[in-house]
Amino acid sequence: MPAGVFCLWSVNGLIYSLLVLSSPVSGHTSHNAAEFAQCVIARGHSIYRVFFLDVGTTAGSANSVFPQDETDPVRPWVELAEQHTVELVICITSALKHGMLDQVEADRHGRPGSTINPIFTISGLGQLVDACASSDRLITFGG
Amino acid sequence: MLMILRHSPYGSSLARASLDVALATAAFEQAVDLLFLGDGVLQLQPDQDTQRLGIKNIGKQLASLPLYDINSVYVDAEAAARYNMDLSRAPVATQPLNQGGIHQLMVEYDHLLGF
Repeated sequence: MPAGVFCLWSVNGLIYSLLVLSSPVSGHTSHNAAEFAQCVIARGHSIYRVFFLDVGTTAGSANSVFPQDETDPVRPWVELAEQHTVELVICITSALKHGMLDQVEADRHGRPGSTINPIFTISGLGQLVDACASSDRLITFGG
Repeated sequence: MLMILRHSPYGSSLARASLDVALATAAFEQAVDLLFLGDGVLQLQPDQDTQRLGIKNIGKQLASLPLYDINSVYVDAEAAARYNMDLSRAPVATQPLNQGGIHQLMVEYDHLLGF
């Protein structure tokens, strides 16, 4: 019965995961994804994980600097993670190619230091496979 | 799960990244089928040679799909015709589908993962 289903969803909520493929500094898709995540939570659903792949991984940069009259496109992700303890995972293969390193990877590859905001974690594609299997909805942004 | 691949092989790194996801999914013993849609059909060009581009050959990676137990590879027949592709020489065996067939295919899966 549709009404019953709706009721169940409002109480328990659906589990969402997001796959973000776009750069946070080109176009507005990465920004849309962060806003979508906030809306999902506001509607009583939950975000299981946000997985960043390809150039999308640059959302985790701790070193990007933006002019004062521009909004910082990395900020919405940080707010999402801080407000709702959403897990932000960046794909290790893509991350390394884009110079996105945590301290462990920086040490391992002889680079000067970490370049990612510590609110992001670096991990493998298994985290995306797990997100697929563990979520009711997986939404791709960008590409 | 059905993965939908819409990107040309060498215009960006997304074709490669999405193929990596397919192989990882299969490596975690999840059943995954592939659908090459629109410009994505170009990944199936025969005789790809990337030596002078200095990047990995997507064709060779596709040829290894059966080793990962990825055996159902579907292709957008209209797009393949638009690019005048000879699918009989594609790096991996494919099943061409028209628009109706693509729609029907998508309905069959619990999970669609779009790239």
